[in-house]
Amino acid sequence: MSDHEYTPKSNFGKWFNDRLPLLTLANHLTDYPTPKNLNYWWTFGGILTFCLVTQIVTGLVLAMHYIAHADMAFDSVEHIMRDVNYGWLIRYIHANGASMFFLAVYIHIFRSLFYGSYKAPREIIWIIGIIIYLLMMAAAFMGYVLPWGQMSFWGATVITNLFSAIPLVGEGIVTWLWGGYSVDNPTLTRFFTLHYLIPFLILGLVVLHIWALHVPGNNNPIGIDVKKPSKDTVPFHPYIVIKDAFALLMFMIVFAFFVFYTPNILGHADNYIEANPLVTPAHIVPEWYLLPFYAILRSVPDKLMGVIAMLSAIFILAALPWLDTSKIRSAVFRPLYRQFYWILVADVLILGYVGAMPAEGLYLLIARVATTYYFLHFLVILPILGFKERTLPVPLSITEPVLGGSSNLAAARDDSRLEKLK
Amino acid sequence: MKKFLKLFFYTLFLISFLPQVYAAEKVEYLTTDWSFKGLFGKFDRSALQRGYHVYTEVCSSCHSMKYLSYRNLAQEGGPEFTEAEAKAIAASFEVTDGPNSDGEMFTRPGKLSDKFVMPYENVKAAQAANGGAYPPDMSVLVKARGGGVDYIYSLLQGYEDPPAGVILDDGVYYNKYMYGNKIKMANQLSDGLIEYSDGTKATVEQMSKDVTTFLMWAAEPHLESRHKMGFKAIVYLIILTILVYFSMKRIWSRIETKV
Repeated sequence: MSDHEYTPKSNFGKWFNDRLPLLTLANHLTDYPTPKNLNYWWTFGGILTFCLVTQIVTGLVLAMHYIAHADMAFDSVEHIMRDVNYGWLIRYIHANGASMFFLAVYIHIFRSLFYGSYKAPREIIWIIGIIIYLLMMAAAFMGYVLPWGQMSFWGATVITNLFSAIPLVGEGIVTWLWGGYSVDNPTLTRFFTLHYLIPFLILGLVVLHIWALHVPGNNNPIGIDVKKPSKDTVPFHPYIVIKDAFALLMFMIVFAFFVFYTPNILGHADNYIEANPLVTPAHIVPEWYLLPFYAILRSVPDKLMGVIAMLSAIFILAALPWLDTSKIRSAVFRPLYRQFYWILVADVLILGYVGAMPAEGLYLLIARVATTYYFLHFLVILPILGFKERTLPVPLSITEPVLGGSSNLAAARDDSRLEKLK
Repeated sequence: MKKFLKLFFYTLFLISFLPQVYAAEKVEYLTTDWSFKGLFGKFDRSALQRGYHVYTEVCSSCHSMKYLSYRNLAQEGGPEFTEAEAKAIAASFEVTDGPNSDGEMFTRPGKLSDKFVMPYENVKAAQAANGGAYPPDMSVLVKARGGGVDYIYSLLQGYEDPPAGVILDDGVYYNKYMYGNKIKMANQLSDGLIEYSDGTKATVEQMSKDVTTFLMWAAEPHLESRHKMGFKAIVYLIILTILVYFSMKRIWSRIETKV
């Protein structure tokens, strides 16, 4: 994106850069022109990178002390908590880090939904993001199995059993996944291996995600393209770096509060009971970040259809750039979409809530309505909205509303309008 | 910026409500002034020592604590018995060791490095001795129960005569805080059951409080250093956040856009 060729100053720099243009890359990253009107919802990309690195670093240390064996896993976790120097800190950061990671990724995804960041020319960024999200769910699920508590064991049993819904080969696949006839030691060791592998896959995809981002550049709150880089953008460093750092620190305060003062609030008490294949817990619930999908799964009476519905709920997101037919990106200029957006947010929260409740009576009914609405939003409302909606006039450039402009354009200045709508 | 701060505080506010939401789902548990709660929460040393006393005299005949070692009793942030006291406690237990050079197992007095001696050889033996119910290991018991310390504290004081119409089998007791109200552990505590060496009156309430405090420590032996470090970490983060905020303001003042 840089509009000038970069040449290193020193001779050694030139020699090196001709052979491996690392300095050009570093220069691109610091100079990367970023729309100057980005708001704080755009800081979550940096926050997510921090989360990933934190999980990898703490995870490596944990892996040095953890023993992936059905008879020893639970003991080794207690060993980490008691006898490893600062083991309790590392484990609590890792366990709560998973939740913080999902909190950040949900904000990141919903930011994208609001400002239409998935639309052309950013479809590939979006699809890579969905793959990262899928891998995150797989990694988190397998990570939750490793302490080998009751929820680990029974969660693993429930989720792997979903594959048995596949006609003909389902049962065979489940046996293959387990490495036996029930969730047992072979399951644990392979989950550990995959849990170790996936974060590095995610890291690779994050590089692609950022690379794909740096081709068209960032979307922004008013959702129009950068017209004049010199006027509409600021260099990534120091402007965005310092702003991201500030937001990250705020995020870390929340993170630290969980780690140091309520480290177990997001987990389930049953996971401090060692796995016992003979005793089933009263309610088997996944971690909070998977609850909306769990609700969708349980809202369909047929097992196979339930699994299909759950998977479709995720994969439908990948088709979003084509399901949303509106040419306007930002919801700031789409008054109707804005309302449907908030209904969707509420819908997903409701799904999360009923996912934690027993699937019966009123809860089941609510889950069914919410599931139907979820699909309705993506398959019916979004495609029609693009044709029917009367959008507001879009400013001519990023600078114009930023610098004031007419009263109409001032509306786009930042998202203070949105605040009123909330 | 204003909006961001507002949202930040809403989040904190919501988070502060989480514990209540979770606690509200079941019966109202008894509670007491736990010294280890809150930002600066610490264990009450004498309560931990008394709690250990209750554990050895009462609970330990059925409940194991397999993740604790006698050395833990002398560790910082725990009951903090002196090393000599902890050694004496360890030595009062017979530990099976071996095999020796003749291939025989033998018993010897316990050492600081030994784990707490288990009341039963294995789970099956524990079940056989307790009418089929396994007395759970108490090392992480507080964290393994939804209500946490309040639940354990209530359960110990929750024994009642069953209401009319509730018929209990032999070896099953009625406890108003137990899930389903039926428990296989008989009421263990009664006023004056043990004699505290520090002269504290051993009421049921006092013993429940002491032993629950002890169990909390057993489940979270590093709670005190966690709270201490947490406070420092958060103060550090807040100061750094303020500094970065002003740097950010300064850097962004070079252009017209506000942050």
